[in-house]
Amino acid sequence: MPYPWQELEEAPIARVPTSEIKRSSWRTMRPVIDYDRCISCMICWKFCPDVAIRIEKAPEGHKYDEIPVIDYDYCKGCGICANECPVKCITMEREEVGP
Amino acid sequence: MVKTSLPREEYLISGHFACPGCGAALSMRIALKALGKKAVLSIPACCWAVIPGPFPYRNLEVPLLYTAFEVTGASVSGLSEGFKAMGEDAIVVGWAGDGGTADIGLQSLSAAVERGHDFIYVMYDNEAYMNTGIQRSSATPEYAWTTTTPVGKREFWKKGWKKDMVGIMVAHRIPYAATATPAFPEDMYRKFKKAASIKGPKFIHILSPCPPGWRFPEEKTIEVARKAVLSKVFPLYEVENGRWRVTFKPARFIPVEEYLRMQGRFRYLPEDAVRYVQETVDREWERLLRKEELSKEGPIW
Repeated sequence: MPYPWQELEEAPIARVPTSEIKRSSWRTMRPVIDYDRCISCMICWKFCPDVAIRIEKAPEGHKYDEIPVIDYDYCKGCGICANECPVKCITMEREEVGP
Repeated sequence: MVKTSLPREEYLISGHFACPGCGAALSMRIALKALGKKAVLSIPACCWAVIPGPFPYRNLEVPLLYTAFEVTGASVSGLSEGFKAMGEDAIVVGWAGDGGTADIGLQSLSAAVERGHDFIYVMYDNEAYMNTGIQRSSATPEYAWTTTTPVGKREFWKKGWKKDMVGIMVAHRIPYAATATPAFPEDMYRKFKKAASIKGPKFIHILSPCPPGWRFPEEKTIEVARKAVLSKVFPLYEVENGRWRVTFKPARFIPVEEYLRMQGRFRYLPEDAVRYVQETVDREWERLLRKEELSKEGPIW
């Protein structure tokens, strides 16, 4: 005899990742990395609560082989990266045009 | 390859519904880096019930079960025993806010720890009911402004010191209890790794700054958490089988005023209140060092 719960319908399971939503419209300030001064310490990557900074391969001839790249689709512009950067190479610029 | 202090796998998906500069989202990101694919989360009503989004959305690469406010402890007990019966290797994690832990969920957490199921319970402490709009909880620090402890012409600030949750858990003779904060991610990572390797109930208290609730600009999240540690307001320590160990002893402390004044919820604080907080945290720090010293001889519960 089946247990009562075995006759229940399957519970709703959420499957759509939130990365389907571009969260950039929340942003009022845009972080911009000055790669000439960046030391690729990845502290900005470590402290990003939105996982909007990705470690990517640097272009040919850059002094480090990997650089942090900000994904402007998901950055909410909180500015933790600019505040925590040890060499202060990230500047917050005002967003002028909506996404 | 540039060397990073944390592994590069991400279990948190971008585009979630947390406020900009959320300490809780960052805590989850670091915790899941340590726990990995085997984690199974149980989350009651708290900010984290909102962050993954409404129904069709998810923002974690691991399973997540929503529960009612007061039953996180019961839920993780059931999950952990169920996985054991099925022979599945999973790390069951209860992830609740300070209201769901220190106020509403305390009885079920206490019972679950007493029964000794195998789970990790995380209290991410933003020091009020932030999800519903900054109402006081028993983990709100003394003198803090909240919407239910308003401050104006008359001073109805929060009365009474913050509830010591790690102390309550240690009194249950829990195998592992610790404090952590996202400002020290390597320390937090190590504590989660250690908790995952221990059998039995584990408790981790995370101080997770909340920009809208604590009234500070959102880029200061990490700075506020770091100052809480450096000013002895939130010492980082762990208790393993009654052995106390302070995991981070700052070489130079900062006055508690520096931590309090950068938050809007303490902006009105009179001088004598700041002095009282300074004296209390100094005494608590000394007490913690004494416990560490004394527990070398035998466990202190």
